[in-house]
Amino acid sequence: MAKLKFGVVIFPGSNCDYDTYYALRDVCKQKTIFLWHKEHDLKNVDCVVLPGGFSYGDYLRSGSIAAFSPLMQEVKEFALKGGLVLGICNGFQVLLELGLLPGAMLRNKNLKFLCQFVHIRVENDKTRFSHRAKKGQTLKIPIAHFDGNYFAPPETIAEIKKNNQIVFRYSDAEGKINEEANVNGSAESIAGLINKAGNVLGMMPHPERASEILLGSEDGRVIFESIIAKLN
Amino acid sequence: MIDKKIIEEYNLTQEEYEKIVELIGREPNITELGIFSLMWSEHCSYKSSKIHLKKFPVRGKNVIQGPGENAGIIDIGDGLAAVFKIESHNHPSYIEPYQGAATGIGGILRDIFTMGARPIALLDSLRFGPLSKSKNKSIMEGVISGIAGYGNSIGVPTVGGDIYFNNCYSLNPLVNVFALGIAEKDKIFYAKAEGIGNPVLYVGSKTGRDGIHGATMASAEFDQNSEEKRPNVQVGDPFKEKLLVEACLEVMAKDIIVGIQDMGAAGLTCSTTEMAANSGAGIEINLDHVPQREEGMTPYEMMLSESQERMLIVAKKDKFKEVQKIFSKWDLEAVIIGHVTEGGRLKVKFEGEIVVDLPVDAIVNLCPVYNRERKAPSYLKSETLLPPLPQPKNYNQTLLKLLSSATIAEKEWVYRQYDHTVQVNTAFLPGADASVLRIKNTKKALALTLDGNSLYSYLNPRTGGKIAVAEACRNLACVGARPVGVTNCLNFGNPEKPEIMWQFKEVVEGVAQACRAFDIPVTGGNVSFYNDTEGISIYPSPVIGVVGIVDDVSKAVSPGFKEEGDSVVLLGENKEELGGSEYLKCVFNMEKGIPPQIDLKEEKRIQEFCLEAISLDLVESAHDISEGGLSISLVECSLLSRRKIGIRLHLQDDMRRDALLFGETQSRIVVSSSSQKLQKLLNLAEKRKVKASVLGKTAGNRIILYHFNKKIIDVPVDEAHKAWKEAIPDIFRIK
Repeated sequence: MAKLKFGVVIFPGSNCDYDTYYALRDVCKQKTIFLWHKEHDLKNVDCVVLPGGFSYGDYLRSGSIAAFSPLMQEVKEFALKGGLVLGICNGFQVLLELGLLPGAMLRNKNLKFLCQFVHIRVENDKTRFSHRAKKGQTLKIPIAHFDGNYFAPPETIAEIKKNNQIVFRYSDAEGKINEEANVNGSAESIAGLINKAGNVLGMMPHPERASEILLGSEDGRVIFESIIAKLN
Repeated sequence: MIDKKIIEEYNLTQEEYEKIVELIGREPNITELGIFSLMWSEHCSYKSSKIHLKKFPVRGKNVIQGPGENAGIIDIGDGLAAVFKIESHNHPSYIEPYQGAATGIGGILRDIFTMGARPIALLDSLRFGPLSKSKNKSIMEGVISGIAGYGNSIGVPTVGGDIYFNNCYSLNPLVNVFALGIAEKDKIFYAKAEGIGNPVLYVGSKTGRDGIHGATMASAEFDQNSEEKRPNVQVGDPFKEKLLVEACLEVMAKDIIVGIQDMGAAGLTCSTTEMAANSGAGIEINLDHVPQREEGMTPYEMMLSESQERMLIVAKKDKFKEVQKIFSKWDLEAVIIGHVTEGGRLKVKFEGEIVVDLPVDAIVNLCPVYNRERKAPSYLKSETLLPPLPQPKNYNQTLLKLLSSATIAEKEWVYRQYDHTVQVNTAFLPGADASVLRIKNTKKALALTLDGNSLYSYLNPRTGGKIAVAEACRNLACVGARPVGVTNCLNFGNPEKPEIMWQFKEVVEGVAQACRAFDIPVTGGNVSFYNDTEGISIYPSPVIGVVGIVDDVSKAVSPGFKEEGDSVVLLGENKEELGGSEYLKCVFNMEKGIPPQIDLKEEKRIQEFCLEAISLDLVESAHDISEGGLSISLVECSLLSRRKIGIRLHLQDDMRRDALLFGETQSRIVVSSSSQKLQKLLNLAEKRKVKASVLGKTAGNRIILYHFNKKIIDVPVDEAHKAWKEAIPDIFRIK
C-alpha cells in the first residue's frame, strides 16, 4: 500500500505540531512532513493538517494572524482545488479566519480554558474524514481550548444543517446531546464542521491525543484512518 | 555619594557594604552598588541557607548534575536525561497574581531548556489563605489563570501538583513551580563563557524597565504598602518564549555555541557574571547594543531589568552568524553585545564610557555567608498539646464534611484550566497519586509528584521535613515508580528571626535524613525566605518534588478501584494519631497536636513492598493515606474508580474511632487485589515483614464501614462524589 504524505504546518506558536506528526508518522505509520509557514511550497502533500496551539500567540484573535501567513495562501488554493485539509483546534480557528469554513469561535461559555476528555457523536459518516466511523457512534477525545464556543448566524446554521456539514457534536457517553455535554457552549453542539465540498474539516477535539490506549483512548484514530483509506 | 540611607535602601548591611569596598578596592558607583545589591540578595546568594543546605545528600550513580546549575540532571537510561527544578514565585504572585504566576512558569521553563532539554511537564505547589475570604479567592483565580495562560500557550502540559489552604498564606500565598525536560545525555549545555574573544549574544525579547529590583523585593518582608511594588513584577509573553524554546533547541542541536544562560532574576547582571565566574573568565558588554523597548534607559536600569524571555549565549567565534540565522528564522533578535575577556572582570560600556568594572568572582562567589542565630519557637509547647475532644456523633456527616474541605476536595476545577494532555505523553490524568508521563520510543515512564504538609512542619519541623519526602516517595511507589531524584523549594519567613532560622535548620535536617534513608540525591532547589507580611510569617513550608521511573508503563497502577469483588488491603499499621490532621482543622478549627510520627525504615519497607507487588502484577490499585486519613483514602479509591464502585469494609483496631478513620498516621497504603492474586499478595507481605490487613471487598454503590461489627459509615457513593466534586466549583460559582 502506498503511503500517503501528510503535511503538518508549523506556525510560530503551534504546539501540537509534534503531537500530530507523531500520531501520523509513528502511530498511523504514514509518511509525514512538516510545512513551514513562511514558505510557499506544499511539497506535493496529499493532506494538509493545521495543528493546535497558539499561532502568533493568538494575541489578536485565535487563528487570525496565521490566516495571513504565506503558506496559508497556498493552502487556500489547495483547498479550493479539492485538496484535503484538516484543522484541529487552533487549526479549526485558522480555517474559520481563512473563510474556508463558515462561522467563528467565541470564548467558552464558562469563560475558562477547558482541558478534558469529551465525547463527540458522529453525525455524518459519509465524509472523507469520518467514513470509517458509524453515524451515532460516540468517540472519546480530549479538548484543550479557550475559544471553542462555535457561533454562526441563524441563516448560516440553517445552511450548514441543510448541507449535512456537521460531522461531530458534543454529546454524553451514551450519545445524548444536551447542555451539560456541550461544555464550551457551541451552537448546535458543533464539535466538527466540514465545508460544502467535503474536503476541509475543522474540529476542536484533538484526535492526535486520542490515538493510543496508553493515553486513555484511541478513538481519534478513526479520523486519520478514514483519510488514509480514502486517499489510498 | 553613597551614604547609610542608600545602603539601607539597597537592602545591604553596613558590613556588607564595607566588604564590597574592600573587595573592589574603591567605592562602587550606583550601578555597581545595584549589581551587588541584587547578586548579594538572599534570593540570589543563598547567604543564610548555604551552610545548612550542605547537609543534603547530592551524590548518586545517576546524578549528571547536582545543585548549583540552572537545574538538576539525572540519567534515566536509553541515552536520555531528566532535567528538572522547582522554584518559588511567591512575592510577585501576591502583588500581581496573574503575571506573578505566569512569569514563574516562564522562568522555570527557561531553567530547563537553557540546559538543552525540551520541557515536557509542569507541576505547581500552591498555598492560599482560606477561600472564605474573597481576596484569597481572587488571588487563587489569578494564579491559576496565570499558570494556565503561560503553560497552555507554550504547550507544556501542567500535569499535577498540590494545593493547601491555611490562614498563614492569606498575605503570603505560595506559588512553587516545577518543570522537567528531557535531553540527550551527551548534549547538555551549561552557563559557560569560555574562549577569549568569543562573542556574547543577547537573544529574545527587548529590555524594558520591568522587574527592576525583583530579586531584592523577594528578599525583604512585605508591609501594608506592598501593592505599591506592583511595577516590580514582570510581564510574561509565552508566545515569545515558545519561539525562544524552539530557536534555542535548534541552535543547540548544532555545534555552534559554547554556553548559554537565561536572564532570570537579576537579568543581564546575573547572566553575565555567572557565566564568566563559572569559567574563570571575564565579559565585556556594550549596553548601546542591547535591544531596548523603552527610550532613555540608564545603565542601571538595563543591568537590573528583569524583562522576561531573554537569554545570553556565548557563541563560537566563527559560528555566530549561524546562530543569528536560526534566531531570525524564529523572528527573534540575536545581537552581539560583547565578548569573553581575560582577567575575570565584568566591564560594561555605555555611550563610550565604562560604567561598570567589577571582579566577577566578588559578585558571584564572595558574598558573605551567615550562620544565623537560631532559637526554638515558644509556640511549640502550647500548640502540640491537645485538649480532650469529643468524638463525632454522626460519622457520615463528618466524612462528607472532610470530603468537601478545600484541601481534600477534588481539584478538577483547577486542573481542567491547564492543558494537561498536550505533547501526548500523559498516561495518568491529574488526580492520581503521581503524574505519569511515558517516554516516547521506550517502555518507560517518568512519575512526578510534589508534596509538603506545612502544618506538620509547623508543629514539628524535623518530622514535617521527613514526612514531605516520605509522602512524595510513597506517591511514586503507589503508581509503581522508584524515586531517582529530589528537588525542593523551601519557603520560610524572615531568616533574621532566630525562630524562623531554627525551623529552617530543622526542616532541612528532616529532609536530608529522609533523602539519605531512601537513598535519593537532591539535585537542586530553591529557598524562599522573607515570606512575612505585616509581621506574620508563614508556616515553615517545604515543598518536595520527586522524580521517579516506571520501568514498564503498561504496569503503572492508578488509585481507583477496578472491579467489584476485589479485596481491599491496608498496608501498614493504624495508630492513634490525631495531631495536625485535616480532621482537627475541619471539625474543631484546631491546628494543634503532635503530628504523625514517622519511622523511615518502616516507610521504606512499605514502599518497596508496594513496588514489588506492582511489578509482580499483584495489585489492581494503590493509593496512599494522607490528609483525611484511612477513610478518605478508601473513599477516594471509590470516587476515582471508573464505575464509582462502593466498598463494604470492617475495621478491627481498638482505638478512638475518629483517630482510626481520620488520623493521618504515616507509612500506610490502600491497595486492591483480585481474588486470584490476594493470597500471593499476602504471602509476599509476610515474607517482606509488612503488615497487610484485608479489610473487605469492593461492592455495590455505597461506602460502608464497620468498626467491630458496628456500622459507622454508610453513604451512597454518589453523595460522597457530589460533596467531593462540587466543593471547589461551588466556592467559585458566581452567585
